[in-house]
Amino acid sequence: MSHWIAAPIILPAFVAPFIVLSARYHIGIQRVLSVFGVLALIVIAASLALDASDGTITLYQMGDWAAPFGIVLVGDKLSTMMVLLTAVLALFVLLYAIGSGWDNRGWHFHALFQFQLMGIMGAFLTGDLFNLFVFFEVLLIASYGLMIHAGGTKRLKAGVQYVLFNLIGSTLFLFALGSIYAETGTLNMADLANRVALIGADETVGIRVAAVLLLMVFAIKAALVPLHFWLPSSYAEAPAPVAALFAIMTKVGAYAIIRVYTMIFSPQLEATAGLFDVWLLPAALVSLALGMLGVLAAKKLDRLVAFAVIGSMGMVMISIALFTPAGIAAALYYIVHSTFAGAALFLISDLVRSSRANVDLTAQPVMSGNALTAGLFFVGAIAMAGLPPLSGFLGKLLILDAAYDSDLMVWIWVVVLSSSLVSILGFARAGSILFWKAHSVPAPDGTEPMPSPSPLSYVAVGGLITLLAAHTVFAGQVHGYTSTIAAQLFTPEPYISTVVETPGKLSTPKGDH
Amino acid sequence: MSLFFIVALPFFGALLPGLMNSAGRAATAGVTFTVSLAAFLGLLTNLPSVLAGEVVVARVDWMPLLGLNFSLMLDGLGFFFALLILGIGLLIIAYARHYLSRDDNMGQFFTYLLLFQGAMVGIVLSDNILLLLVFWELTSLSSFLLIGYWKHLPEGRQGARMALTVTGMGGLAMIGGMLILGQIVGSYDLSVILQQRDLIQADPMYVPALILILLGCFTKSAQFPFHFWLPHAMAAPTPVSAYLHSATMVKAGIFLMARMWPVLSGTPEWVMIVTSAGLITMVLGAVIGLFKHDLKALLAFSTVSHLGLITMLLGTGTAFGAMAAMFHILNHATFKAALFMSAGIIDHEAHTRDIRRLGGLRKLMPVTFVIASLAALSMAGIPLLNGFLSKEMMLEEAHHTVLFDTPWLVPGLATFGALFSAAYCFRLIGHVFFGPVRDDYPAKPHDPGAGLWLPPAILVSLVVLIGVAPFVAEPFVKLVTASVLGTAAEVPDAHFKIWHGFTPALYMSIIATIGGLVVLALFKPALRLWDAAPRPEAKVIFDAIVAAAVGLARKLILPLHNGAFTRYAAIGSVVIVAVGYHAWTTGTVAPQTRDMLPAGPVPIAGWLMLVVATIGLVFMHRNRFLSLILIGIVGLMVSVGFVFFSAPDLAMTQFTVEVVTIILLLLALNFLPNQTPIESSALRRARDIGVAVIGGLAAFGLSYHFMLRDAVATPISEFHLANSYKGGGGTNVVNVILVDFRGFDTYGEIIVLGIAALLIYALTETLLDGPVRARLLNRKPTHRRAGDEHPMMMVVLTRGIMPVVLMVGFYIFLRGHNDPGGGFIAGLIVSIAVVMQYMASGFGWASARLKYPYHGVIGAGVLIAGLTGIGAWFFGKPFLTSAFTYVRIPPFYKFELATAALFDLGVFLAVVGAVMLSLESFSRLARQATSGPSNEHPMDIDPSRDEDPQETSEKEAV
Repeated sequence: MSHWIAAPIILPAFVAPFIVLSARYHIGIQRVLSVFGVLALIVIAASLALDASDGTITLYQMGDWAAPFGIVLVGDKLSTMMVLLTAVLALFVLLYAIGSGWDNRGWHFHALFQFQLMGIMGAFLTGDLFNLFVFFEVLLIASYGLMIHAGGTKRLKAGVQYVLFNLIGSTLFLFALGSIYAETGTLNMADLANRVALIGADETVGIRVAAVLLLMVFAIKAALVPLHFWLPSSYAEAPAPVAALFAIMTKVGAYAIIRVYTMIFSPQLEATAGLFDVWLLPAALVSLALGMLGVLAAKKLDRLVAFAVIGSMGMVMISIALFTPAGIAAALYYIVHSTFAGAALFLISDLVRSSRANVDLTAQPVMSGNALTAGLFFVGAIAMAGLPPLSGFLGKLLILDAAYDSDLMVWIWVVVLSSSLVSILGFARAGSILFWKAHSVPAPDGTEPMPSPSPLSYVAVGGLITLLAAHTVFAGQVHGYTSTIAAQLFTPEPYISTVVETPGKLSTPKGDH
Repeated sequence: MSLFFIVALPFFGALLPGLMNSAGRAATAGVTFTVSLAAFLGLLTNLPSVLAGEVVVARVDWMPLLGLNFSLMLDGLGFFFALLILGIGLLIIAYARHYLSRDDNMGQFFTYLLLFQGAMVGIVLSDNILLLLVFWELTSLSSFLLIGYWKHLPEGRQGARMALTVTGMGGLAMIGGMLILGQIVGSYDLSVILQQRDLIQADPMYVPALILILLGCFTKSAQFPFHFWLPHAMAAPTPVSAYLHSATMVKAGIFLMARMWPVLSGTPEWVMIVTSAGLITMVLGAVIGLFKHDLKALLAFSTVSHLGLITMLLGTGTAFGAMAAMFHILNHATFKAALFMSAGIIDHEAHTRDIRRLGGLRKLMPVTFVIASLAALSMAGIPLLNGFLSKEMMLEEAHHTVLFDTPWLVPGLATFGALFSAAYCFRLIGHVFFGPVRDDYPAKPHDPGAGLWLPPAILVSLVVLIGVAPFVAEPFVKLVTASVLGTAAEVPDAHFKIWHGFTPALYMSIIATIGGLVVLALFKPALRLWDAAPRPEAKVIFDAIVAAAVGLARKLILPLHNGAFTRYAAIGSVVIVAVGYHAWTTGTVAPQTRDMLPAGPVPIAGWLMLVVATIGLVFMHRNRFLSLILIGIVGLMVSVGFVFFSAPDLAMTQFTVEVVTIILLLLALNFLPNQTPIESSALRRARDIGVAVIGGLAAFGLSYHFMLRDAVATPISEFHLANSYKGGGGTNVVNVILVDFRGFDTYGEIIVLGIAALLIYALTETLLDGPVRARLLNRKPTHRRAGDEHPMMMVVLTRGIMPVVLMVGFYIFLRGHNDPGGGFIAGLIVSIAVVMQYMASGFGWASARLKYPYHGVIGAGVLIAGLTGIGAWFFGKPFLTSAFTYVRIPPFYKFELATAALFDLGVFLAVVGAVMLSLESFSRLARQATSGPSNEHPMDIDPSRDEDPQETSEKEAV
């Protein structure tokens, strides 16, 4: 049997303890192991995505126990795409961490990085809600470790808020899981889909509360306003490569919402109808507006990017909240875009920090490496603000197009377009102050110029920008693929039957329930 | 040449100037010129097809599902604009080569310029309105870069941002309009859309689409009330002003109106909006332009005015108006670009563009004088120059246009505008070139080299050629007009002539010219009036709006995100409860299926203790030590609760976890003050109490609901109960679930534990590197320290108990599979055994006697668990598949060997390592604080030692 589907979780789960066990004093060895681990992940993820691209659903029964009794991993188009996205992002982030020396400014960067990858991969691949909780814990604790990497008062303070808010989320997750188990007696997603359909119209209250509590958990992860408060300061204060890796973390929330609400708590189902369509879309619109206003309001570049991430999650959530195949397809296209764009901007913000000592949006003398950094910022800002020709614009078109038939079409269009304007204003302001106005500020005498960022740092950022360009050029192919993903999500029967009907140890198809 | 190449050449060519920058200015300009020339020639190769009335197309799918495709088409209109863009582009490149100074980064300049050129060609060749949008915004972006090219000038930066904001806003509106248009028609292809006039104009969404698209056009083409950005864009180098902001980019909006003319025009809304906007812009631009002293500002406002003129012509919705508009685009592009270049020459040579400081240049710069005067006279509409012809046509069209049921309104205003237009042209000639030669120019003006004057001269020769022989341009303009009109109207058969007889247009023209001369004669008093009149300054208003937007955003965002965690949590909790409540109220409640259990005295006693401890905690939480004890009680009662519900495994786990956490918390308390100070106001505490009560009630309600009801189907735990021995080889279901059924969860959780320990370690390390270290070193203990830090009794007791506890741990570990116990609990027990040694004799002494680094123990634990899982692969089974067998080694009784035990060993090691590493980290902080060397002896008082400990400490003190 093939074990590849488990490899994205197991590989980093071996690399990390191995680093802790034998290489914790040798940064060089750690780097080599970490980079090779991520390279291998990319290869594995690519082959998994290729396997899934024809609609195959790969099932992996942990411990040979059949669902719903044991834990299963499921690889379909959506999960393998997210795995691949994570692996690719991780490579460039890792290169930047090495190039900038961030990984050597505290302890256990690479081990935590690998554990973090394990958690993210697990969250994408698991077919079991409790196991999802476990992976949320893994990625939460690892991300906390990464967030406070290298210390500093502000960072530690932000880290405490980050971990506390997410612990609220974890507690809520347990409440949701308890409710779901009490109501249905299972935690496997596919089995859950079958059992939720059994719930009669006269006893819906339990599953309804459970469904929204779960949604709130994911909404916290996805930084949906007003559950986003943990994000701005923690992303801004986190070391740049960590913040860049976190670009995928908000997407874990979005992924989970897509997964759970297309398969289990579908709005088409009587028991779960009218639950979140009432407020999810408005909340997403507020997220977008608030995020882009934050871009305009920010006094520091790193917070500006953090707010842009909130705004872009708003875009994703708007598109998800439409809950149509076109909406999901657009959301997935946008997820890829916003992951790379957000990561690139965090790294660019760090390029600025490392060449002028701070990221305040005030005029200061020209920084070292100004022209190149400015160019990268310009491209990254174009992408994030959704200006042509980059993928942000195409994603925006897709979302607007998908929203045309929505009841709230006017609201969506007005908010999306006007928040774009606000973000253009914000990014233009920031870029003009950072890179142009600097030319009118003379350098004080006798100060040594800061060293330019290392070439490897630029390679990493350039790589992300190149990915954005590729995401634009091959937009047709990518969007075509995300459309087939959406189609697969909206016909969950093959997924469900694969999971539930495959026999395992001591159980025959369809079980004994 | 394929249309793709024509569009792609400038884009790919844009890389070259940047790369060639170090090869010298001539090479950089040369390569740019070559790229443009290649595109220009490529365009010309399509001339025969265009002249034959064919439409050249090229198409590649980009996003077919969306309808955004890379499809290009070349018809008369597209060819006309592409010709202007590439042709004038060539002249501009030649001009800029000589205009830019040695300090300017020429490679950057030409890179931006080519990017713009490509985008602009893309707009006019697009056959897909979404693709057109892409190029449209690209021109805004490249214009932003070009206006801000002189980065050190604040005008440049501000002008760039203003232009980007205004045109960006229009572009966003246009996105909306184009999408609506596409949704109406069902295609985003222009060639399809242009056939659907009736469908579009009948649709209820026509007006929103029209307004949104026109917003895009008006902002781009600087129509009132969005005209204000264009004069500020003049901070750009003059070649940019000549190219983008007079000849090409600002005509993009007009191009689009012409492109969409067949389907959008002709309705009352169109005529109303477009004609009046054009008319106002024309008059306003002309009047303001007259009073500008900066040459480029004057030209900028004249551009605004002429763009208004063209817009007005398109707005009338007649075929003749469209033809006049096309003709004027051509004429305006020639004379205005020439004028800008002349202004650039003057600036370049005289080092000023202020008309008040110029005058008398006629003699000093004769060549420039001829060029500029011819162009200006053409702009003023003097016969035998091309401006006259199209202005006549404009006046003719205005004469027939009625707006707001007032026949004199349009012709009157048009004449008024033309009058001022003539006036500023005369002023330009009169005040710059005529008059006495002055001796206070900032620099000695003289004619420049041919590199600077030849490009405008070429344009002016066109001005004269068309002006003298209009029939040369007629077929071409009619061809262009035909492709503007499409199937919507016939090309008018009027001929381009200098003399039409005594028509109303001629009278209007004469009035305008003479009036212009009169106004110039009265310029000084008029200027005084103008300066005295209050006028809104667009830039001030714009800056105020932007500042207000930023201020508002800051007011909204910053206080909300100021790091007040309790508020974040309060908002979050309330939202969660509210959403849950909403879900509750919209659902249906089933009757309960379970009866209440009778409560005996024991559970009630336990419940009371729990409640009392919790309430006590609420009231006494400021005393940290006391609250720790209360937390201990809560934990204990939870453990008892597990026992009561027949879950001994959980009880044991909970109990050992309690012990370990309390020890770790005690260590942490060591660094905290005894009391938590009151930091928040009573009001805020009331809020927090409210939120907490609401959350608690919600949790209670939810739990209560579920406790009284069964699951909808048999819970999966039934399977676990039935199969734990058969399939997992253990009779302790909890343990089999942990290591087998759901071993993968456990695998994840031990990793969580391990990460937590690594994290604590890393945190300690960074803390000790930072300011915390100094704080610890200077820390004064609040309590008197015990005289006997390592009491003998405790040392003796823990040493003796150690092997016993280890044995218990071992026993618990082994029995786990069948009876309560297992690796997790065993790990905690063993940790407690070791922790006791540390407590008794201090960390330094104990860790010196420990061989294994805790990092390694964690790593090994996780690896062993993982390797056990992988072991199954060699038997063709999935990760973590367990196997077990029963063996009998005489004389022992038969016993079980299970791979699950190996996995449990990994769990055990990870737990031990994690607990010990956390402890070590705390102790490092503690040792930093006491700052003394770690003790070398297990206890302070040891009768067997000769040395008196009292003396030792005195020695240390010295």
